[in-house]
Amino acid sequence: METLTATKSKSKKKKTERIHGCEAVVRCLLEEGVDLMYGYPGGAIMPVYDELYKYQDQLQHVLVRHEEGATHAAQGYARASGRVGVCIATSGPGATNLVTGIADAMIDSTPMVCITGQVPKHLLGSDAFQETDIIGITMPVTKWNYQITKASEIPEIFAKAFFIAKSGRPGPVLIDITKNAQFDELDFDYTPCTKLDSYVPRPPVKEEKVKEAAELINNAKRPYILFGQGVILSQAEEELKQLVEKTGIPAAWTIMGLSAMPTNHPLNVGMLGMHGNYGPNVLTNECDVLIAIGMRFDDRVTGNLAKYAKQAKVIHIEIDPAEIDKNVKTEVAILGDAKEAMTALLPHLKKNSHKKWHQKFKDCDKEEYEKVIKGETEPTDGELTMGEVIRDLNDLTNGDAIIVTDVGQHQMIACRYAHFNKTKSNITSGGLGTMGFCLPAAIGAKMGAPDRDVIAVIGDGGFQMTIQELGVILQTGVNVKILILNNEFLGMVRQWQQLFFDKRYASTEMVNPDFQLLAQAYGIKAQRVSERDQLGTALKNMMEHDGSFLLEVMVGKENNVFPMVPSGAGVADIRLE
Amino acid sequence: MKKTFTLSVFTANKAGLLHRVTTGFTRRKINIESLTVSESEIPNIHRYTIVVHLEEENVKRLVVALEKQIEVHKAFYHGEEDVVYQEIALYKIPSGVIVHGGLAEKIVRQHGARMLAAEPKFTVIEKTGHAEEIEALFKELEPFNILEFTRSGRVAITKPMRELREYLEELEMAAAN
Repeated sequence: METLTATKSKSKKKKTERIHGCEAVVRCLLEEGVDLMYGYPGGAIMPVYDELYKYQDQLQHVLVRHEEGATHAAQGYARASGRVGVCIATSGPGATNLVTGIADAMIDSTPMVCITGQVPKHLLGSDAFQETDIIGITMPVTKWNYQITKASEIPEIFAKAFFIAKSGRPGPVLIDITKNAQFDELDFDYTPCTKLDSYVPRPPVKEEKVKEAAELINNAKRPYILFGQGVILSQAEEELKQLVEKTGIPAAWTIMGLSAMPTNHPLNVGMLGMHGNYGPNVLTNECDVLIAIGMRFDDRVTGNLAKYAKQAKVIHIEIDPAEIDKNVKTEVAILGDAKEAMTALLPHLKKNSHKKWHQKFKDCDKEEYEKVIKGETEPTDGELTMGEVIRDLNDLTNGDAIIVTDVGQHQMIACRYAHFNKTKSNITSGGLGTMGFCLPAAIGAKMGAPDRDVIAVIGDGGFQMTIQELGVILQTGVNVKILILNNEFLGMVRQWQQLFFDKRYASTEMVNPDFQLLAQAYGIKAQRVSERDQLGTALKNMMEHDGSFLLEVMVGKENNVFPMVPSGAGVADIRLE
Repeated sequence: MKKTFTLSVFTANKAGLLHRVTTGFTRRKINIESLTVSESEIPNIHRYTIVVHLEEENVKRLVVALEKQIEVHKAFYHGEEDVVYQEIALYKIPSGVIVHGGLAEKIVRQHGARMLAAEPKFTVIEKTGHAEEIEALFKELEPFNILEFTRSGRVAITKPMRELREYLEELEMAAAN
């Protein structure tokens, strides 16, 4: 009793400390458990960098080579670790260079806090050197943003920023701090934020909705689950597994939901969307109850909405009320956290196996294997294919590695064919489709999950968009395997030009530098292969090498990714060739 | 089918929020017909009254997207039948017209307008009403040389009886859950 009272009175008299705003910034980050951040210094953020120097034992700062790299590294870190990614930049160009990564984190619901320096308050609006209205610029692509102009605001705003970034449907938050607020003093006292007026991050799951959903599912003849990243964000992988195993419902994933369920799980029927698997797409239009869990019916998943699952009753489990009925009209919406919703749903569900229905998926798989997969992953002659590279890689990773991808053909192939046993293993730019995402995100992913192998599977185009981040590998020694699938084209655009623009290859052919030489310049061991009989050994060398490694695989220049739902077509009109 | 809707958006009283609210319209290329920002019946909660001409389906989506913003507490949309609304307009015309034309009585009697200020050179007439009524007076005055004209956005009170306070309490309970 005595001790309790003692602690209580102690906490009441919580002492504040007189410190500078710049130190308060670092102290706030430490209070939030941040021990790693990515950034690039410059004039308006120098006072904070001076404090980062003093606190370097507790808070590691990774110097990227371009601010966009800081955002993608923070995203990769967040996605691999489940923690909030943090990045920092100066005002003006430093701040505007963050915008692409912020937009990417927004559309892919990645928790991230970005800190930018700003010109002193008295110069705001004066077109001062390196002044830009980053609050105005980032307003549409942040979950929240705020400009601090007084040192005393720092603790409260940082607490709020972290709470907003990670709670509910996560997203990026930007804090802009004027230079005077960094220099001025404040009485520092930190209290984490746990609630905000009218903000309901996790809407309570309504029992009656759960019962309505359960009834639909129990009476369904051909129920079908689609799951997305919401399952990973709410750590509901186990609940999803229990749900599908109890009900025997086939489950397909969006690329953001990939790895939430092991690849080899018998009820995992594959990938949705434009380049997804055949069965998961066509059978969307044959199911009677469609159960969407933590996904948002993106147009790349649905194709033409007028031809999407019109026959089905739709159940949508979703944390963000703005997603309900946005694209697809629901019969029953369970608003809330996916884990909570599935936990509530499970006891109401009846055991089932849906054998006949599964057979339909198997029949589709067989057709897809014959027409697409066999040729893509098991070719015996001709040029190397991206699919066989991923197949051979699977043999070496056993599905345990984190695969980070960029955007384009290689991304679709990697998502289609890579094997995953563990969650948080597929890191890609899903919603925004940001080329240049992969290399810095892979660096961040390795730092966020240091015990895991991280492979950056990347195209020759996207690699050159953020190629300067090889400097981070050089400087930090972080161990990232870079696997370039080089077709000397901007492959996906070229594929569209071939199919829809009569092969007019406008600005898609790439004359590339010698990637091996480039890697060597950064102290990274490298190899190039173009022969089938060397591929296995080369991949093995890459994986077994102690440290970063760049492997460039020359693949067929004009190979296409199939199946494909042409834009404007319905999911059932997916083309196998 | 496009219809006129009045949005009531209740927000925290913070700098920059107007921008956050309007980006919801900009990114969907929705034109704001009128916008009025004021205090509400609850201290520190601001009320945006926004008029749009839109399909109901799109208004619904817009309102949930606005409500999703952190410092937007609550957003509603109402059809014309569900709001009592008013606009205010000021007209500046040469005083000579009023004095010599016998216009003053007509304006006051027929349009329910009033004289707000009378100076030797100009007179300011105030008219509150719906857009069409303000338009009608404008047409009436037009031949007499309108020197200046300004009109406010719509202010509106909704007919449903549920108070904002109750909605906010409901959110508070959901958040505490």
